[in-house]
Amino acid sequence: MASTVTTPPPMMGVKDAPEKLSLMERLKKGDEVAYLVTFASALTIILITCLLVQHLWVESALSRHAFGWKFLKTSTWDPVSDQYGALPFVYGTVLTALLGLVMAVPVGFGAAIFLAELAPRRVSNVLTFMIELLAAVPSVIYGLLGIFVMLPLLREYVVPVLQKTLGFLPIFKGTFYGVSYFSASCVLAIMIVPFIVSISREVLLAVPQAQREAMMALGATKWDVTWKSVVPYAQRGMIGSIFLALARALGETMAVTMVIGNVPAISASLFAPGYTIAAVIANEFTEATGDLYVSALIELALVLFAVTMIINALARLMMLGMKSQEVAH
Amino acid sequence: MSKSYPPMHKKVINVFMLSLTGLAALLVVSVLLFILGYLVWHGARSLNWAFFTQLPVPAGEKGGGMANAIVGSGKLLLLASAIGIPIGLLGGIYLAEFGKGPFSLAVRYTADLLNGVPSIVIGIFVYTLIVLPQHHFSGFAGGVALGIMMIPIALRSTDEFLRAVPNTLREGGLALGASKAQTVVTIIIPAAMQGIVTGIMLNLARVAGETAPLLFTAFGNQFWSSGWNGPTASLPVVIFNYAISPYEDWHRQAWAGGFVLLAGIFVTNIIARVLVSGRHSPARG
Amino acid sequence: MATPPALFDLKKLHHARRARFGDPEPAETEPLRAQFTVADMNFFYGGFQALHDVNMVLPEKRVTGLIGPSGCGKSTFLRTLNRMYETVPKTRVTGTIRFGESDLLEFSPTLLRRRVGMVFQKPSPFPKSIFDNIAYGLRVNNLCRNRDLKGKVEECLRRAALWEEVRDKLNESAFSLSGGQQQRLCIARALAVDPDVLLLDEPCSALDPIATAKIEDLIFDLRRSCTIIIVTHNMLQAARISDYVGFFLQGKLIEFDAARKMFQFPSNKLTEDYITGRFG
Repeated sequence: MASTVTTPPPMMGVKDAPEKLSLMERLKKGDEVAYLVTFASALTIILITCLLVQHLWVESALSRHAFGWKFLKTSTWDPVSDQYGALPFVYGTVLTALLGLVMAVPVGFGAAIFLAELAPRRVSNVLTFMIELLAAVPSVIYGLLGIFVMLPLLREYVVPVLQKTLGFLPIFKGTFYGVSYFSASCVLAIMIVPFIVSISREVLLAVPQAQREAMMALGATKWDVTWKSVVPYAQRGMIGSIFLALARALGETMAVTMVIGNVPAISASLFAPGYTIAAVIANEFTEATGDLYVSALIELALVLFAVTMIINALARLMMLGMKSQEVAH
Repeated sequence: MSKSYPPMHKKVINVFMLSLTGLAALLVVSVLLFILGYLVWHGARSLNWAFFTQLPVPAGEKGGGMANAIVGSGKLLLLASAIGIPIGLLGGIYLAEFGKGPFSLAVRYTADLLNGVPSIVIGIFVYTLIVLPQHHFSGFAGGVALGIMMIPIALRSTDEFLRAVPNTLREGGLALGASKAQTVVTIIIPAAMQGIVTGIMLNLARVAGETAPLLFTAFGNQFWSSGWNGPTASLPVVIFNYAISPYEDWHRQAWAGGFVLLAGIFVTNIIARVLVSGRHSPARG
Repeated sequence: MATPPALFDLKKLHHARRARFGDPEPAETEPLRAQFTVADMNFFYGGFQALHDVNMVLPEKRVTGLIGPSGCGKSTFLRTLNRMYETVPKTRVTGTIRFGESDLLEFSPTLLRRRVGMVFQKPSPFPKSIFDNIAYGLRVNNLCRNRDLKGKVEECLRRAALWEEVRDKLNESAFSLSGGQQQRLCIARALAVDPDVLLLDEPCSALDPIATAKIEDLIFDLRRSCTIIIVTHNMLQAARISDYVGFFLQGKLIEFDAARKMFQFPSNKLTEDYITGRFG
């Protein structure tokens, strides 16, 4: 179909010189300056991170060259004879973090499900606010309460019960003096629960309403809807929250070092004192004499950095998977 | 004869799980109440004028206070804010307003990475960066360490709040002949200001309680620290040192310090969160 | 041969308006000048072509209406006139657009937008006071001394027929106004920088009929002092207020003519079908 465009009677153009802003005016308008300044700031973050990795790598060189991969497999930590092996710390870090997770995840998931799906809105909002406040409590205060409240509690009530009932298990053998892997795990559990609750709750709330409505229309109970429809949909995100909590637990320093006992020895019993990577760095770094000693501690920091980075990346992959799931639906 | 649906056993499970999960939530909340209560009971009792105005006394003696630690924390937070907030804010503006493509992705990923680094590793980094070359601990190093921790959070939060501002406002500004920079500064940032301020407050509250990065940067000081070049006492570090010491009086003071620290953090958090949820946008369903 | 019956009785519509405003018909001998000259324009969103070979001359100091079914490209076309498409990535324009005698691309975008203002579909005042909304364009472009600001703001609000309604609450938030008032505020805001052209992108689609009528009166009032190009999906509205009309369909300009002629005796069958409601 042809288009018929009839122009009005012939028109003259308006005499007009194209206007451009002078350099001064462009500067004042600020687009170039703004771009440069903000770009530089964004770049700074990348620079800082690269610098961080570089410094850790360079400063740990002495220890890395001295011990190689054996560093992670040897369990002798002897500053006197300059022998450094990271195994006790790796063991302690992984053990306390995992045990803390085991205790925290059921409680955290349960609370998150309650707050996101089952509780009435107002109750949920108030409780969520309080739990987010809990996440703001600094590590050193958990440590303070850990030493003076939790340790006596464990010593008087929890451990005797455990030893009486399950004392035949190697993990529950030995005398309990207070500071131990077990205490550290308990403190870690309490510290990461608010984290798990917060993230899981958001993940659950993000599940599209259509999922719930489909089941509700069939007359299912609230719990059925939650357990059979919402949670499976949100499961990737919830598992992601576990990874994030794990990364948090691995890096926890103050509360752990206050209740773990700070003894570089591997032990089968949970009630024995132990050590974690973060704790040994915190305790011994300022006292460390000798280049190899310092370098070994920095190598530990490098290991911790690498491990938390990997776990955080895994967590993000899980959460990304969750997002694409939403889009597909 | 009507049959009730859903079947009885499902109803029972429903109530049971409701109670169980509710119990879990209650358990978590009770921890908060316990912490608060215990600190108020133990800590507030030990607060006196001396606590806020006096320096620590030698180990084993009674009395003294944490005046230098409180001021020291204030100094460190000041420096941290001066470093962390501008970089995070400007970087966030870049991501939200100017950036596109792989560089922005790299910045976001790096920010998340830096955010996930354990604070003690940041402390080691700043030690090798500043303390080693200078051969002494300093408040400067401590402030830098805390500042680095503030950057990723400030960046992400600014980014998110700016992107939440509707695009029509940007177009409206541009259509009036404002440059992009002018639009951002005079329209977008003011529109997102509430969120940005909240983000800063929460950021500060988080960093105020950090101990590990200060252990080998600002280190600690029994006396006042003048300027930025000497070791500086800070509240969390003093609490830590006192708590693990064998002295009763220091334990008492640790509780007091803990109470002051937690009170500051909680008050900041509550004000910040109420700011956001209070005066929200006009259309709030 | 009898002339086909007119589709609309425009005389009645214009008569009513002129009676209210007492506006005489512009002299036919007054020479029309071209505000925009569009030649062979094609517009692409990435791989998708939104406008095909558009050729058009938009007259100065007249109201030009752009009509067509949704998705036909009229809003896209509007946004090429003040280069707003440049804020969207992956957009491309070929062909030439002249603003007066100079190519559009030779202007600096910020200066161009001062002269070619725009009002959007959804009333979006800035989250500031009413006064600051109007003053924004003046401040940001340094057009006015501080002491003259108040006077200029009042002048703009009067031009937009909003002054009486807001004179006592200039410092209140712009959101305290109704939807229709907010849109008139946005028009006043655009007028503050004294633009040569005002581009209106479906300004009344989100408003009730009374607010719409007020805005149409405003447009009618402004048209001799400012070129107005208005995109609208409401044909009667286009018939009421336009001097010239362009009909777009699927990215092509089908017909462009004086409103009086096009609405009563359209040259193109498609135009006639659209106007009589056979599609769209």
